[in-house]
Amino acid sequence: MKILVCLGNVPDTTTKIKISDNKLDATGIQWIINPWDELALTRAMELKEDANNLVDGVSVVSVGLASAEPTIRKALAIGADEAFRIDCEPTDAFFTATQLSLVAKDFDIVLTGIESSDYNGISVGGMLAEIIGSASVSAVSSLNIDADKIIVSREIDGGKETVSTQLPVVLTVQKGIAKDPRIPAMRGIMMARQKPLKVIAATSTANLTEILKFEMPQAKGKCKMVDAENVAELVNLLRNEAKVI
Amino acid sequence: MNFEFTEEQLMIRDAARDYVQREAIKDVLERDEKSEFPAKHVKALGELGFLGMMADPKYGGGGMDTVSYVLAMEEISKVDASLGVIMSVNNSLVVWGLQKYGNDFQKDKYLPALCDGRQIGAFLLSEPEAGSDASHQHTTAEDKGDYYLINGTKNWITNANSASVYLVVAQTHPEKKHKGINAFIVDKNSPGISLGPHENKMGMRSSDTHSVMFTDVKVPKENRIGDDGFGFTFAMRVLEGGRIGIASQALGIAGGAMERAIAYSKERKSFGTEISNHQAIAFKLADMAVKIENARNLCLKAAWLKDQHKPFGIFSAMAKQYAADIAMEVTTEAVQIHGGYGYVKEYHVERLMREAKLTQIYEGTSEVQKIIISRDLLHD
Ligand SMILES: Cc1cc2nc3c(=O)[nH]c(=O)nc-3n(C[C@H](O)[C@H](O)[C@H](O)COP(=O)(O)OP(=O)(O)OC[C@H]3O[C@@H](n4cnc5c(N)ncnc54)[C@H](O)[C@@H]3O)c2cc1C
Repeated sequence: MKILVCLGNVPDTTTKIKISDNKLDATGIQWIINPWDELALTRAMELKEDANNLVDGVSVVSVGLASAEPTIRKALAIGADEAFRIDCEPTDAFFTATQLSLVAKDFDIVLTGIESSDYNGISVGGMLAEIIGSASVSAVSSLNIDADKIIVSREIDGGKETVSTQLPVVLTVQKGIAKDPRIPAMRGIMMARQKPLKVIAATSTANLTEILKFEMPQAKGKCKMVDAENVAELVNLLRNEAKVI
Repeated sequence: MNFEFTEEQLMIRDAARDYVQREAIKDVLERDEKSEFPAKHVKALGELGFLGMMADPKYGGGGMDTVSYVLAMEEISKVDASLGVIMSVNNSLVVWGLQKYGNDFQKDKYLPALCDGRQIGAFLLSEPEAGSDASHQHTTAEDKGDYYLINGTKNWITNANSASVYLVVAQTHPEKKHKGINAFIVDKNSPGISLGPHENKMGMRSSDTHSVMFTDVKVPKENRIGDDGFGFTFAMRVLEGGRIGIASQALGIAGGAMERAIAYSKERKSFGTEISNHQAIAFKLADMAVKIENARNLCLKAAWLKDQHKPFGIFSAMAKQYAADIAMEVTTEAVQIHGGYGYVKEYHVERLMREAKLTQIYEGTSEVQKIIISRDLLHD
C-alpha cells in the first residue's frame, strides 16, 4: 500500500499576519508544514514502521513555488521516501485540488489535513477525492490498516463513528490522528537532500473562487476589572457600555 | 561574508527548539529542585542525533558543522542549561576529542555508542589542587609495561555518575612537567574507581557532578590517546573546541532570560501601564538584545573558523568569556524586570541566573579566558 500526504506550506502559527495589496505580506514569515498535514505525516510514518509491513512507501506532495522546498524537505527529513512539488502558487481550493490530482491518482491512501491553518478552507480533500474518483472520509481522527481494509474513526456529534473504506481513498484528518508531530533526527536532516524531490509542471485550470478582500479582525476591546463587591457597576457596564443585557 | 544559515542548520535549530520547548520544559523546574539527572531527555536527544552531532556519520555521528552545534546548544540551553552541559561535554570534549585524536581502534570501539546516546562520556581534567592551573596534575599514570596504573582524585566531574566512558588526564613523567602528561580512555566500571557524593550545586543542578577517585586503576596501553606525553596538548586543544559549546550554552541562557523578560514586561502593569512602557525597562531589554547579538556573532565566528579548519582558539576564548559574562548580566537584569516574581522559582529567571554563573567558571574561568586572549595580544 502506498500513502501520499499532501503538505500545505503555511506561515508559522505565531506569525503576526499583515496584509498588503490584498495579499498576505510574506516578509519575515517563517514557513512551516500545515500542522494537520504534519500530524497526517506522523501517522503515515507510524504505519510505515508498523511491524506488519502494510505500507510500502510514504510520499509527500505540495503545490507551491520553489520557496516551499524547505518545508517539503523537512517532511523528507522526518522520513518520507520521496516528494513532489507541483510548480505553481496554490490560488484556490479547486485549483489546488486539481494540481494535487496529478500525483494523488497513483496512490492507495491520500491524506490531507482537515484544513490549512492559514486560509481554513476545509475543501481541498473532498474536491480531490471527487476529481480522482476515490472514496473519501472527512474529519478522521484515527486511521488503521487491517490486512487490506482501512478502518478509520471520525468525531460525530456527541460521539465517534468507525468506518471501513475501500481503496483508493482520500482521508481528511484532524487532531487525534497522531499525538505529536515528529522532530526530524540529525540523520534524516542529512539524508533529506539525497531523496527525490520531483518538480511537476502545473496543469492549467481556472480558479472557482476569487478573493475580493481581506480584513483584519477588530481589535479586542480592553478588559475592564470590576470589584467583586460592586455588582451594580457590573450591571451598568454590561447594559450601557457592552450593551449585552 | 554571508550571514545566511543553510536549510539544514535551520532545521537543526528548529529540531532542538521543538524538543526542549515540548519536552524538557515540562520537568525542568522539578529536576532543578531535586537535582535529578535528565535521563529520558538525554536518551531522546541521543536518538535525535544531538549527542554526536559533529562526528563522522561512519561512526554514527550527525556529520554536522559547528555552526549547527552553536544553534542547537543555544536553543537547548534557553530551556535547560543542564541538558546543555551534558550535551556539550559529550559532543565537544569526549566525541570530538576521540574523533580528532583517537586511533581507528579507539574510534570504532567507543564512538558509535557515544554518538547515539547509548553511552555518554565525561572529561576528567580538574583536580582538587589543579583547576585553572591544569598543568599541575597530581593524578598519576604509572607506565607498567603493558598497562598504566592510575591513582589520584579528579574534581567537579560533569556526567561522572551517568557516563560510561571517561577521558582521564594524568601525569606519567613528572620530571617532564606538562610534557609528561597523558590522556586515557577509561571504562567507568574499572575496578578501583569510586565516586564522591553528588555535589549540591547552586545551578545546573540537573547535571550530575562528582569527584572521582582512582585507586590502582589498570588501563590497557591501547587506551592512551596519542603519543606518550600528548595528554596536556590533547586537553588544551579539546577545550578550545569545548569553549564554543559553553559559550553557546551561555548565549542560550541569556536568550532564554531575555525572552521571558520581554514576555513578562508586556504583561505586568505598574502605574497604569505595562512595565515595558517604562523606558527604564525597555532600555534594559535593548541592552540585553545587543549583548546577546554580540555574543551570538562571536560564537558563530569561532564555530565558522573551526569549520574552515582555521585557528579559532582565541575566538573561542573571546566567545566563552563574553557570552558567559553577558549571560550573568542579562539574567540578573531579567530577574530585576520580574521584580519579586523573578526571585521565586516558578518564573525560571532565577534558575537561569544561577545557571549563568557556572558558565563563568568551568572550562576555564573568565579570568583564564582573558589570560589566553591577552597572551595572544602580547605575544611577539
Ligand atoms: C559544576 C562544575 C562542573 C565542572 N565540570 C568539569 C568537568 O566535567 N571536567 C573537568 O575537568 N572540570 C570540570 N569542572 C572544573 C572547572 O573547570 C574548574 O572549576 C575551573 O577550571 C576553575 O578551577 P578551580 O575551581 O580550581 O578554581 P581556581 O583555579 O582555584 O580559581 C579560583 C579563582 O582564581 C582565579 N584565578 C586562578 N588563576 C588565576 C590567574 N593566573 N590569574 C587570574 N585569576 C586566576 C580564577 O579565575 C578563579 O576566579 C567543573 C566545575 C564545576 C563547578
